[in-house]
Amino acid sequence: MTNTLHVPTPQEITEPALAGKTETMVLNMGPHHPSTHGVLRLVVELDGEVVVNVAPDVGYLHTGIEKTMESKTYQKAVVLTDRMDYLAPLSNNLCYALAVEKLLGVEIPERVQVIRVLLVELQRIASHLVWLGTHALDLAAMSVFLYAFREREQILDIFELVSGARMMTSYIRVGGLAYDVPAEFLPTVDALLRIMPERIDEYESLLTGNPLWLERTVGVGVIDAESAIAYGLTGANLRATGVPYDVRKAMPYSGYETYDFEIPVGKNGDNYDRYRVRMAEMRQSVKIARQAWERLSALGPGPYTTLDRKVAPPPKSEITHSMEALIHHFKLWTEGFKPPRGDAYVSIESPRGILGCYVVSDGSPKPWRVHFRAPSFINLQALAHMARGRLVADLVALIASLDPVLGEVDR
Amino acid sequence: MGIEEKAGDLGVITTSLEYVVNWGRTNAMWPLLFGLACCAIEMMGAQSANYDLSRFGMEINRASPRQADLMIVAGRVSRKMAPVVRRLYDQMSDPKWVIAMGDCAACGGIFNNYAIVQGVDEVVPVDVYVAGCPPRPEALIHGIMLLHEKVKREKISGKKEDPIRLSQPLIQVDVARK
Repeated sequence: MTNTLHVPTPQEITEPALAGKTETMVLNMGPHHPSTHGVLRLVVELDGEVVVNVAPDVGYLHTGIEKTMESKTYQKAVVLTDRMDYLAPLSNNLCYALAVEKLLGVEIPERVQVIRVLLVELQRIASHLVWLGTHALDLAAMSVFLYAFREREQILDIFELVSGARMMTSYIRVGGLAYDVPAEFLPTVDALLRIMPERIDEYESLLTGNPLWLERTVGVGVIDAESAIAYGLTGANLRATGVPYDVRKAMPYSGYETYDFEIPVGKNGDNYDRYRVRMAEMRQSVKIARQAWERLSALGPGPYTTLDRKVAPPPKSEITHSMEALIHHFKLWTEGFKPPRGDAYVSIESPRGILGCYVVSDGSPKPWRVHFRAPSFINLQALAHMARGRLVADLVALIASLDPVLGEVDR
Repeated sequence: MGIEEKAGDLGVITTSLEYVVNWGRTNAMWPLLFGLACCAIEMMGAQSANYDLSRFGMEINRASPRQADLMIVAGRVSRKMAPVVRRLYDQMSDPKWVIAMGDCAACGGIFNNYAIVQGVDEVVPVDVYVAGCPPRPEALIHGIMLLHEKVKREKISGKKEDPIRLSQPLIQVDVARK
């Protein structure tokens, strides 16, 4: 039973224990537990302090997002995508927008794509900073959290500048962006990108060679590349095993094929390699964001949505003297646009792995079905495989290292 | 003036028991380390260096409900989670207070559907409602300050006041575009 490709259910552990058939102890961890990063419940079977088996019990944050989206128009449903992976709302916005845009067959101006790439990479840094802070916090390194949140606040200030909201931006919309970036956007981003490389050095100086950190992470939660692929792991969790798979390279979207960046990979697939991969990813994100910044500076002012009037509303100035523009505006906000019948699937590289969005249209202004391939949910499957034979304390480190966001797991 | 003048040199002050007890309660209020969803990230933001919740003596989060006296319900409460929230509340020792942080905890927020409890006050009594999706860290801090004010007015008889509803946004963000 050990180390086969099997995700145990809580009943598999609790039933033999309740029947008195086992010598082991069953420990209930969560849903209220400081190290489960939200409301994850783990049923842990212990032999002394060694984990024999562990079964994740999900659903404590089930929000019914996919079902609720069916009752919203395509444009209004964007708001719900924010609240899935709440550490990377812009990535969710982008994935959903790309799927609906594929369904519509609408063309997105280059300037919009550049802004999207820039924001999504900043979002990746912000998300990894929360991972870094909480991962270190779980291993009792309190100060890293304070450092990580310092830069995260700076990134959130940029999101607030463009969208008016710190976290739930809903900024990337179907067809483009909610509105144009303000004039202060470029200098603010520039200031951040200037300091970011040395700030990442600062985090690394706290942890990378720290003997306590090494002891808790090296060789903990090991998974080999073959099992990782079999479990469907993606993102940094897969790349730490040495598989250089990144959707940005494999199936580029939003013009990622034109950016110069590398895919950081690990070797051993343990907590330490996952840490190194994510740190390197932050550096790559800074590099991509810098390239996008340069392109945006060169492009200058321009459109912030598609020019297709069936999808994006006409500019305000036109509404006052054009009947057609007024009709388009009215139709778009009262009824919404109607994509043709059919379905579309788009996957992107979110900070946690492959985030996929599948949209089915029946030709009405509301989606017939929306489904998300949530990377956190699928990454969590490998938890038992990685935790068996390790100590309970390592399980805490392992959950943090897998970086699940429960909002996305349960949706 | 009477007794204070006489007692001044002896290091004795006189006050009401209510005042002293409530003063003690507000200055060492330990929140439960309890995050549910998006709002929990803003709660972490409030505790980080930029907003520094420890200025108000609120930074010691207790992971055990037995040691906590303030429950900040930060995020949406699902039907599966609601009994757990109630149980945690029951496990906290008296006196205890609840802040419903965010629209979801206050009224279900944007999720009016089968999965989400439409306001955590269906499950536990709430003292302060903080609006926002998610509320800014400043809004949470404001909510906590209002709770402190409320606790200072509490009577020893134990009669509780009505909940405070923080519905106005604290900071008007200028989103007007040209």
